Amino acid sequence: MAVPILKQGPVLIASIQTALTDTDVLQLREDVMTQVTRHRSRGIIVDVTALDVMDSFVSRSLRGIAHMTRLRGAETVIVGIQPEVAFAMVQLGMKFEDVQTALDLEEGLALLQYQLKEPLDGGG
Amino acid sequence: MADTPPEATSTDGHGETSADLLKELVSHLRANRTQLREEWARRISEAQLLIALTQEEIFNEATSVYDNYVEVLETGSVEALQDYARNLSERIIPRGVEVDEVVGIVLLLRDVLARSLFEKYQSDFKLLNRVLNAYEPAANRISNIVAGNFVGERERVIRQQQEAIRELSTPVLQVRERLLILPIIGVLDGQRARQLTEQLLRGIRANRAKVVVIDITGVPTIDSTVANHLVQTVEASRLMGASVIITGLSSDIAQTLVTLGVDLSKVNAVGDLQGGIEEAERLLGYEVTQGDYLPPEGR
Amino acid sequence: MEAESRIAIESDADVVTARQRARQLAGELELSSTDQTLLATAISEVARNITTYATRGEVTLRVVHDGNGRSGIEVVAADHGPGIEDIERALQDGFTTGGGLGLGLPGARRLVDEFEIESAPRQGTTVRLVKWSRAADRGVRV
Repeated sequence: MAVPILKQGPVLIASIQTALTDTDVLQLREDVMTQVTRHRSRGIIVDVTALDVMDSFVSRSLRGIAHMTRLRGAETVIVGIQPEVAFAMVQLGMKFEDVQTALDLEEGLALLQYQLKEPLDGGG
Repeated sequence: MADTPPEATSTDGHGETSADLLKELVSHLRANRTQLREEWARRISEAQLLIALTQEEIFNEATSVYDNYVEVLETGSVEALQDYARNLSERIIPRGVEVDEVVGIVLLLRDVLARSLFEKYQSDFKLLNRVLNAYEPAANRISNIVAGNFVGERERVIRQQQEAIRELSTPVLQVRERLLILPIIGVLDGQRARQLTEQLLRGIRANRAKVVVIDITGVPTIDSTVANHLVQTVEASRLMGASVIITGLSSDIAQTLVTLGVDLSKVNAVGDLQGGIEEAERLLGYEVTQGDYLPPEGR
Repeated sequence: MEAESRIAIESDADVVTARQRARQLAGELELSSTDQTLLATAISEVARNITTYATRGEVTLRVVHDGNGRSGIEVVAADHGPGIEDIERALQDGFTTGGGLGLGLPGARRLVDEFEIESAPRQGTTVRLVKWSRAADRGVRV
């Protein structure tokens, strides 16, 4: 199932709704790159609130997305990692050291707004 | 749990069944109720058991136990006794009664009753034997139920207390918006450290914290398991968008961490709790108005 | 609650099915939400090895009990794929991410209480994991 990607000014928001298969993750990466390029986005938020498991494949893929979008001039923020998921990721050894994270969508937008030094329209 | 009277159908070749013997036993116990209860209560005091209770309380409980005892012998049903034993345990545990006291009084009752049987049947050794054969299994079962219930209840209370202490000793405090403080006191073991991490991460979500100050001034030493948990707590908090400041890191513990290969440069450590809170406010450094995020310099 | 749950692993959607079923079983045993997540994540790791390297395999879930009355979930992930030549290296945590030959085994091992692996070249791989419930004893039975 494709992950919906919304545009909010200079920022894209990808909201993951359900458990992702590996295929979904690869599709997401492709879709993000397409959209970032098309809109010359400067930031992208990936919201993983709905994910109850983030295994090594998903984590590596999200890191990959963050690296690739950065090369295109867009900063990625992963938001919504749940307490149990954060715990499991750390036990698994997935640290996301070079990827920005924030608590939720609101925080993610605030962070990007601060970094991009331009106002983003209030989140819907 | 209802039960049929023990050995109700066995005969021992003398024309009386165990049931008959028990009936005789029961009427003996009823007939001598006053005297035997008093003797038991007296022996309890002599043995200095149940000192947490008054004489009157001891006698009242002794009466209840005695009557329940007789009822079990009579009906074979232990349900009433179990209910009473549970009830008794709930009442006397908070008074500080110990396991050995409960076992002690139950055994004393068994002795008191046994001796009265010796006295009654002393002229007929064979009959005494048959009466004791009927009495002993029932008496032992009763002792087990009373003592066992007490032990079970006691363990349940201890577990509850331990849980409460664990909760109390790792409170996650919200003192300011977006700032959580976690003061840790006492020795940490792996289980407690893990519980702490889970509590903190849930606290970050619930309080939408951006900075967490973990104060370990009150922690004397940590081992590698706990050190790892601490590092993992910092990393997991970061995944949830919160940065962590550790305060009260003694030079002992710092040394332990270094020896264990923990990269202290990744850990934001500040001397004491007050300093940690100030650093946290510096990090937060913005007016929170509807999620606006002003840079620190712009305040 | 069935005694045993077998899930055929042939596509990555099956990996999701397997871990959701495990989470459900774990919930019935009252494993904490954190432990459920750890178990589901471990299953994701080992089941993915099946789809990536062996094309197809099977995950079997079972409720198990130990001598002290504890219950737990046992997971057996088996395939007849190419097998692992150097198990020792596969279990080594070489890097913080993707260590152990990229099979995610050292990470998965950290998430569970018991971990066993059997594998040989051309003979497939079987991984067995157990996650025990942490709930204290329910009480003394008299």
